[in-house]
Amino acid sequence: MASVSMTINGKQVSGEVEGRTLLVEFLREHQRLTGTHVGCDTTQCGACTIHMNGEAVKSCTMLAVQADSAEVSTIEGLANGDELHPMQEAFREHHGLQCGFCTPGMIMSATALAKRNPSPSEADVRHWLEGNLCRCTGYHNIVKAVMAGARAMNA
Amino acid sequence: MYEFNYQKAGSVADAAAKVAGADDGTLMAGGMTLIPTLKQRLAMPSDVVDIGQLADLQGISVAGGKVSIGSMTTHDTVANSADVKGAIPALTVLASGIGDPMVRNRGTMGGSVANNDPAADYPGAVLGLGATVVTDKREIAGDDFFTGMFETALDEGEIITRIDFPVPTKAAYTKFPNPASRYAIVGVFVAQTADGVRVAVTGAGGTAFRATEMEAALNANFSPSALDGISVSADGLNKDIHASAEYRAHLIGVMAKRAVAACG
Repeated sequence: MASVSMTINGKQVSGEVEGRTLLVEFLREHQRLTGTHVGCDTTQCGACTIHMNGEAVKSCTMLAVQADSAEVSTIEGLANGDELHPMQEAFREHHGLQCGFCTPGMIMSATALAKRNPSPSEADVRHWLEGNLCRCTGYHNIVKAVMAGARAMNA
Repeated sequence: MYEFNYQKAGSVADAAAKVAGADDGTLMAGGMTLIPTLKQRLAMPSDVVDIGQLADLQGISVAGGKVSIGSMTTHDTVANSADVKGAIPALTVLASGIGDPMVRNRGTMGGSVANNDPAADYPGAVLGLGATVVTDKREIAGDDFFTGMFETALDEGEIITRIDFPVPTKAAYTKFPNPASRYAIVGVFVAQTADGVRVAVTGAGGTAFRATEMEAALNANFSPSALDGISVSADGLNKDIHASAEYRAHLIGVMAKRAVAACG
C-alpha cells in the first residue's frame, strides 16, 4: 500500500492505495465522488474524464499514485452551490444529453477546450470530442452546448 | 487489475536499476498503452517503474539543424510547440492527430516509439526524417531502430532519453486514421532532406518501413505525379476487420501522393 495525497475540487485529501488502484477507483470508491463515470474502462469513451493540474485526462487510464500531489477537478467541483457552471447550464439549455451517462466526461472535456479556445467552431468541437463517446448518439446538441458553453465561460 | 509493485523512478539511472532489480520489471511512460495492456493481462510484469514524470526527459530544443525532443514529452506538448512548428511542422501535425486530447495529454513520444505498435504514428516520423534515438546507453539510427511488430533495437531495460530529428527542407505526414481509435490504418511520412527524399510508411506492415521505389521516383521528380504507376505489393501487409492488405497497399500510394502535395 502507498499513501497518496492530492487536492480534489479544492479540498486536500489523502488515502492508502495499492499500486494498481486506478485514479477513477480512488475518486469513486475511496472518495465517493461518483459523478466521474466508468464507461468502457479501455481509454476510449471518455466518461471518466477529469482534470489533473488543469488538463483533461482519462482517470480510468491512470493510477491513483500517479496523481499524488496533483490538483484534481471532477464534475462535482464545477457548480457553485445551486448555481450551475456555465458549461453545465449550456448542456441543460441545449438539451446536450439523453441518458446522461457520458455527460460528466463531456463537460470536463468541454471545459478544457473552452480554456484553450474561447470561441470554438463546430469543427473544433467535433475534433476535440473525439475522445468522448455518446452511445445515445446525441452529438448534435452536445456540440451546440459546448459551443455556447465555451462562449459563456469566456464572456 | 492484477497486483503489481509500482515504483516511481527518481532518475534515469534509478529507473534502470529498479527494472534490473525486479523479477520482471517494465518501464511505464504515459501509460496510455501499458495500463490498458495490464488491465487485459496481455502483460503481467511484477514491477511497473514509472519514468513519465522525470524532468530530465521532458522538453524540446531546436539547434544545429535538429529538433531534440525529450522522450517523456507528451503528444500535446509537441502538437502545441511553436518551436517544433517552426522547424518541422509535419511533426506537430503528426502529434496532434494521435488518439484524442486526453490521450495526448498523457501519452509520450518515447513511450510510443519504444512500444512500436504497427499502427503508431511516431515510427513514421523517426524513419521518415532519419532521426536518431538516444538512449541511456547509446545512439541508435532511426533506420536500425524498428525491428519488427512491437519489437525494437532496445535492450531489456534500455531507456530512450530523447530523439533528435534533423530538420528537413520539406516534410509532411498524411494518414488514413481508424475512425474510432485514430491509429493509422496507413500513414505516410515524406521528407525532402539533405541526403535525398525519404518515404516512411506506418500502419500498413508489421512495423514501419521505407518505400524505396517511391523515394527513387521522388528524388528524380518531387511531385505527386512521380508516383503514378508505382504499385505497392500487398504481400506481408496487415489485414484486419478495418482494411484488407490490398486496400492498405492502395492507401500507401494515395497517402504518399497527398503527403508530397502537402509538402507544397
